[in-house]
Amino acid sequence: MIANLVQLAAEEEQNPLVPPGPELLVGTVAFAIVFFFFWKKLLPNINKVLEQRREAIEGGIEKAEAAQTEAQSVLEQYKAQLAEARHEAARLRQEAQEQGAQLIAEMRVEGQRQREEIIAAGHAQIAADRKAASQSLRQDVGQLATTLAGKLVGESLEDHARQSRTIDRFLDELEEKAEAAR
Amino acid sequence: MSADQTQLAFDWSCRIMSDNGCGFPAPGLHSFLFKPMFHIGGFEFNKVMLLALLTTLIVVTFFTLAFGKAKVVPGKLQMIGEAGYDFVRRGIVYETLGKKEGEKYVPLMVSLFFFIWIMNIWSVIPLAQFPVSSIIAYPAVLAAIVYVTWVSLTFKRHGFVGGWKNITGYDNSLGPIKWLVSFIEFFSNLLVRPFTHAVRLFANMFAGHLMLVMFTVASWYLLNSWLIPAAGVSFVMTMVMILFELFVQAVQAYVFVLLACSYIQGAVSEHH
Repeated sequence: MIANLVQLAAEEEQNPLVPPGPELLVGTVAFAIVFFFFWKKLLPNINKVLEQRREAIEGGIEKAEAAQTEAQSVLEQYKAQLAEARHEAARLRQEAQEQGAQLIAEMRVEGQRQREEIIAAGHAQIAADRKAASQSLRQDVGQLATTLAGKLVGESLEDHARQSRTIDRFLDELEEKAEAAR
Repeated sequence: MSADQTQLAFDWSCRIMSDNGCGFPAPGLHSFLFKPMFHIGGFEFNKVMLLALLTTLIVVTFFTLAFGKAKVVPGKLQMIGEAGYDFVRRGIVYETLGKKEGEKYVPLMVSLFFFIWIMNIWSVIPLAQFPVSSIIAYPAVLAAIVYVTWVSLTFKRHGFVGGWKNITGYDNSLGPIKWLVSFIEFFSNLLVRPFTHAVRLFANMFAGHLMLVMFTVASWYLLNSWLIPAAGVSFVMTMVMILFELFVQAVQAYVFVLLACSYIQGAVSEHH
């Protein structure tokens, strides 16, 4: 009974908002240890690692960026080369076309020349032939005429010089007549 | 009475409608009293002190395992530790104080958060089943540390006069009511603030523990004759309360640290 009353009295005094001294001490010590570990050891530790990781990631990103830049430059180079090659091909084609056209033109000129040559040669041949023909014809006609005249007049006209003079005169007369008729 | 009450709760014969006329052994202040486990000289060592020291042990051990041999490519434990660390650092400190100003206070806030959280979690750990922070001494110590930190910081940052202006919100543009404002600010900042800071945590844990004990004891006490279904309801409520308490424990740790940060933020800011 008395014990109960004492306990009751003790409880009456218990105020949950008044901190008991020993607990304050234990709480302070308990927290101080936690704080000390975090402050001095654990957080510097993890911060160092986080920093390293950040750097590693940044390094990786930088590496990737470098690789990308290189790939880009290679691509540019390749594109430039390709464009150059295309340009070159176009140039060659152009050149070939020009050369072809020139060849054709040259050949045409050459053909023309040859044709004209052939025609000229033909003309010359014809002229020569005609000249020769007329020459021989003149002789033959002269001879025939003299022979015929000799037979008719009974006089030999074998003297060549006289003969040819007479024939020439005859022919000239013929030509003059032809000229006058024209 | 306290010891008797606590014992009655675990008495096999003490149930509703039992012949010995045993009443409901309701939880009360006596639920927060512990007999000393042993004495060191005149020093009484009780269960709550043991739990407080175990809290230290657990926090330090966990983070030593997680961060002791920290690697750039983290293991599982380190990943969990980093997530917790990052939550406090980025989610609370950088958010309120900014990276530049806050960096200095990260160790304090991280230790506060995990220390408080583990102290709270004891509430639902079998055999322990008591939130250390429901004894006012523990929140009071932590609130005092925060109080000393921000008050000293105020005077260090703004000088003696500037510090008082910062704390009281003294502002000439307010005209004649500036004295009233200053008085209220002085009262609420310097006197009430540490008290509310500690009591907010304490009271939440205190009430939570009362609720848990009540439903737990009731589950046993109602387990007789036709009231057995009621015992079932009480048991379900115990489970619900445990889940709810898990939530409250984390939230209270978060709120405590968030407030600590906002006090420091007020101390470093130019205009209160």
